[in-house]
Formats: sequence, C-alpha cells, structure tokens
Amino acid sequence: MNKSYGAHVALKDFDLSVEQGLVFGLLGPNGAGKTTFIRIVNQIIDQDSGEILINGQPLKMRHVRNIGYLPEERGLYKTMKVKEQLLYFARIKGLSRQDAVERISNWLEKLNLIQWKDNKIQDLSKGMAQKVQFIATVIHQPDLLILDEPFSGFDPVNAEIIKNEILELKRQGTTIILSTHRMESVELLCDHIAMINKSRKILDGPVKTIKNEAKTNQFRVKMTVKDQTNVPPWGDVVAGEGHVEFTISLNGQQPNAILANLMQYGEILGFEEIVPSIEEIFIQKINESDEG
Amino acid sequence: MKGKIFLVIKREYLARVKKRSFLLATIITPLIFPTILGLFLWIAMSDVSPESRKFIEVVDENNAYFLENNESFTFSYGGLNREEARELVKDGDRFGLLYIPELNLDQPTGITFYSEEIAPISMITSLEAALKNKIEEFRLFASGIDPDVLSSLKTNIKISAVILGEPGGERVSNSVVNYAVGFLAGILIYTFIFVYGNQIMQGVIEEKSSRIIEILVSSLKPFQLMMGKIIGIGAVGLTQFLIWILLISAISSLVVGYFGMKMPQQELMEMSGQQELLPGASQEGLVEILRMVQGIDFIQLTLTFLIYFVGGYLLYGAFFAAIGAAVDSPSDAQQFMFPVTIPLLIAYMGLFIFVLDDPNSNVSFWLSIIPFTSPVAMMGRVSFGVPWEQLAISIGLLVAGFLFTTWLAGKIYRIGILVHGSKVGYKVLWKWLKDNG
Repeated sequence: MNKSYGAHVALKDFDLSVEQGLVFGLLGPNGAGKTTFIRIVNQIIDQDSGEILINGQPLKMRHVRNIGYLPEERGLYKTMKVKEQLLYFARIKGLSRQDAVERISNWLEKLNLIQWKDNKIQDLSKGMAQKVQFIATVIHQPDLLILDEPFSGFDPVNAEIIKNEILELKRQGTTIILSTHRMESVELLCDHIAMINKSRKILDGPVKTIKNEAKTNQFRVKMTVKDQTNVPPWGDVVAGEGHVEFTISLNGQQPNAILANLMQYGEILGFEEIVPSIEEIFIQKINESDEG
Repeated sequence: MKGKIFLVIKREYLARVKKRSFLLATIITPLIFPTILGLFLWIAMSDVSPESRKFIEVVDENNAYFLENNESFTFSYGGLNREEARELVKDGDRFGLLYIPELNLDQPTGITFYSEEIAPISMITSLEAALKNKIEEFRLFASGIDPDVLSSLKTNIKISAVILGEPGGERVSNSVVNYAVGFLAGILIYTFIFVYGNQIMQGVIEEKSSRIIEILVSSLKPFQLMMGKIIGIGAVGLTQFLIWILLISAISSLVVGYFGMKMPQQELMEMSGQQELLPGASQEGLVEILRMVQGIDFIQLTLTFLIYFVGGYLLYGAFFAAIGAAVDSPSDAQQFMFPVTIPLLIAYMGLFIFVLDDPNSNVSFWLSIIPFTSPVAMMGRVSFGVPWEQLAISIGLLVAGFLFTTWLAGKIYRIGILVHGSKVGYKVLWKWLKDNG
C-alpha cells in the first residue's frame, strides 16, 4: 500500500504478511511510518492505494470487533469509573453488556485491580491506569492485537505482568503485532519481525532466520593456557586473571575441528558463537538503508 | 453499527448528568429566579408598609396647598417657619421639608425640598405630581371651570389589536406580551447554543488531548463519535431545560401563592395604565391581559421553539465540534470562534433592533429565513404570528443548513482529531476540507 500526507510520503510500496498466531515485531525509528501503518490497519485513516486482507477478506468496519489496539499515546476518561470505562470500550467494540461485565471482573481480578473498580481513573496511579488501558485493549478477545510500545510507562514489575499476559494471549492463538523500540522485548517475544525506515520496508523475516543471516561465523573463546610461551596463534588475545580471551573466525572450518585444535593449548572455559543482537542488526540495517 | 452511536450518546449524557455540578446548576438556577422574584415582592411589599412612610413637614407661605396623605407620604402642617422646620429635619423627627413660597399661579417657582439624606428621584417626582394637580386645580378654578365638571368630561380610550384569521379564530394581540415571549425565546436559544456548544468543544478537546480519541476511532467512525457527542450533550441540555421549567413553575407558583397574589394584581393594574381612574377598570385590564396571553397559540409556540432550539443547536454544535477537533487546547480555539460568534451575534442584535421592533419588515424576514440567524430571529416573530409558508421555508433551510454544517464539520473533525502539536489556521482547515473531498 501507499500513503502520503500532502507532500510527505508516509508509506511507499509497503507490503506485509502477518502469519496467524505469531508475535510480529514492527521496528523502525520515529517517523518511519509505523504509526501510519497501524492506523490504517485500525481503519482510523485510509490508505491512498493498496488493500488489506484479513483471512483473505478485505478489511471492513465490522473487523473492528476482531482487532484490539493499544496506542502509543494512552488515554482514558479521567472522571469515569474504571468499571464503567471498560464497559464502554467493550461495548463500542461490539460486546454484549452481559459478556462485557463478566470479562471485566475476570480481568480486574487477574490484574489485581478489583478493589479499584469503582474508582475514577484520576484517583489511580499511572501504572494502574496503564493496566486498565491494557484490559480495554483485550477485553473483546480480539484475534489480532496491535500493541504500540506496550511497555512504555510500566515499571519493571508491571512490565513483566503485561509481558506474561501477552504470551498467554499468544498461547490462546491471538495474532499480535508489536511496534517497539525496545529490542530486548523483541528478542523475547517476537517470532517474526519487519523493519521500516523512511516509509519503506527494509527487512522482513522470522527472527531466527534474520539472526542466522546476520551471523559472522565468529566464535568467542575463553581458555587457560598451559604454557605461556606457547599461546594459540590468534592475534587479539586478551589476558584475564588466569585465562585468556579471543575471537576466532571459522574460515570454512567446522567448530569441532577448531575446538580440537584449541584443546592442545590448554583448557577450554568457554566457546560461544557471536550472534549480533536484534539491536545491532537494527542499527546496521538502518545505516545501510540511509546510506543506500 | 447503529447501536454504537447510541452508546456514545448514552456515555456523553450520563457522564454529564451524573456530575455534581450538573445537579447543582440544575437545582440552583431555577431557585435564583423565584428567589429574586420573591425578594422583589418582599421589598415592594415592605416598602408600602406604614413604618416606611416618609414623614414630611410642609411649610406653605400661601396656606392653600394641602396635600393628602397617601401610601408613601404623611404630610404635617405644623405652621412652623422655614428655620424651625429645618431643625425638625436635622433632628430626624421629619424625613424632609417641603417649602412652598408664595406662588404666582402662572409661573410657580421656588418650591424646594430639604432633607438629610438624598431624596430619591421617585419621591421628588411624586411630590411634583401632587403639587401640579393642586396648582392646576387652582388655575382651572381661577379661569372659571369647575374641576368636577372637567373630570366628568374625561374619557378613556383603549384600542384592542386583533389579528384577522379564520372566523372565530381571531386573536387579540398585544405587543408587550408578544415582545416578552419573543424576547425570552430568542435569548434562551442564543444562550443554549453558546453554553452547550462550548460543552461540545470542551468534550472534543478532552478526548483529543487525552488521546482517548485514538482508541475511540479504532472502534467507531469519527462521524458517529461526533454526532453521538452532539446529540448526547443536546439531550443533557434538554433535560436541564425541562427540569428548570418544572422547578421554576412549581417554585414560582409557591412564592406567588405565599404572597397571596397581592402584588401581581397591583402590577397588572399599573400595566393597564390610566384605567384606575374608572371604577372597575383594573378588573377589565386584568381580563384583557389574560385574553392576550390566551391569544398566543402555545402549542404552535412550543413546537416551533423546540424545532428552532434543536435545529439551531445542531447547526452550530457541528461547528463547535470541528473547532474542538482542530485545536489542542481551549485557548487555541479563540481564533476559530469568529465564524460561530458573528452570525449568532447578528441574530441576537437583529432580534432586538429589527425583529421585535417590526416582525414583518424585510430585514426581519431575511433574518428569520437564513439558517444561521433563523433560530434566534424566528422566535422573535413566532408569537406575533408567521405565515406557515415562511415557517416551512425557514425550517426546511434550517434542516438543510445543519446537514451541511455537519457534513462540513465532519470532514474537519476526522482529520483534526488526529493532528497534534501543529499550528492550525484557516489555510490548514481549507486543505483538510479539500483533501478528503
């Protein structure tokens, strides 16, 4: 699809395929077009061209029932009571009153908010309000959950709770699109990622594949050396307390062969493949595409 | 999908009606009106009580002008000279001293009133009137006319204005009553549009600035949200209005009942003017006024009031929603208020200057036809009677008008609610209108 605001192009020849039941990470610097994409999927704005299919069918207003959206900028009615607010959000998503009331008390129980159900949002702490917001997002059991920076504003304890809830929803078969800057949560949660930079997609694939492709076939070695005059023949040896550390490239050899060779020099304490983190891949890809 | 707009209406309605401030405003406002009425009645009644009658010493060098005591004054003729009488006033034994020097009947001058406090103008005026009557009597007598003969020759003339209609359907009209009805209805609609229009704007700004809007528009169409808000707040206004009418009429009748209907009758007598000279005339005046009030077609009036009340609100409500969507905070809204304020002000001024003055003039006609001014202006005409074709055109245009403004506002609204932090001017608004044209 394509989308532009006046002269500014927000999405250029953008395409994406999200597999059912997976956690899909959407990465990209600010202003790359992530929010535009998310708003289009949520039918808040229309694309200029292109189409969106859900289970093979064109996206329509009725799909609102199947989508849950947690925007980056959170907001609730400050003077409304927790319970009433959740009821309202559940009802405008199309839930019946009865179902909504039942699910609301289940969720409030689950996230330890039940004693606050009759309090106004303005009387709650920020963390509690965030939890209410999360409930409002998932209350109608959407098939597709779109979370824009879900962990911002949470303290580590609550972030952990939310992370577990996301994983629980995934287990139940919910498809999740996660837009974030926080790479550690991407590695923990995502099965598949796509990167956007300057309104174009620059990377798309399963996390494992992407990491494999980014491998440099280098290993980090940590070992003791029997004879200080007979050190392994690798340049960047750093001496530690009673051991040395260095990096070696496979250069077409099998790891086992290298290990066998290394064992002649002393005792191996550690032998670990160097895999770049998603963050490193992210920065590298952004720089490549900026240069290109 | 249809049910969703109802959910929005319900939320907007309940969120406001449940507020303590709504309860307070709803209960206190109607109390203010009867309280003030009651206060005036109380003051007016205690004013004429004997204790507050002013005790006035008269020093008359002619020994001829004997004024009669009445509700407001007790006159004392102690035969004192001016200096002695002044002392009495200074000591506080008398409120004032009326000094009448020897008068030339053709040019009576030099009459003076002395008092410790400033004498109210109304007091001086009624003293003047009393003396004028006396002097005129003397002059008539001097020219050989018997005052009794003269008063027997005086007549009273009253013209009843009747609007021609179906036989038997002729109505007695009275400009004062029609004026009051038109004035009240016009002002009410004007105030209602402003007060509740502002609430729409505040509500939109709240949703926009607290970013709730993003969740809302992922569940609803922006148009549903906007209409839901406008209708919900309008329903709050109608509820408040209804409670007011009930409370005001209940409390007013209690207050009036408490004072034994004494005052209103007196007021009515005064309203019917000179007639108190004739015995039984005041009764007639009261009946006359009641006939005029009955002459107003209340069903038509209420119906047209409701139509223009709701129509005018919807027409301008859409604008207020669009303004709220275009700005980030209420203080930024000022720049966009002109297109709303100017036509409303024109309608308001027009109501006083043209419509109530001459409901059938050309200006009045156009003011009551153009949708932007008709809600206020037409109410000024309705109680005087408006041909049904004109009413139909005016209402038809009003409906077309609010459909148009809602459509226009909807376009601004759906873009504006998602735009944050950028300065929005008329140029930008125009671009938004064209963009999704």
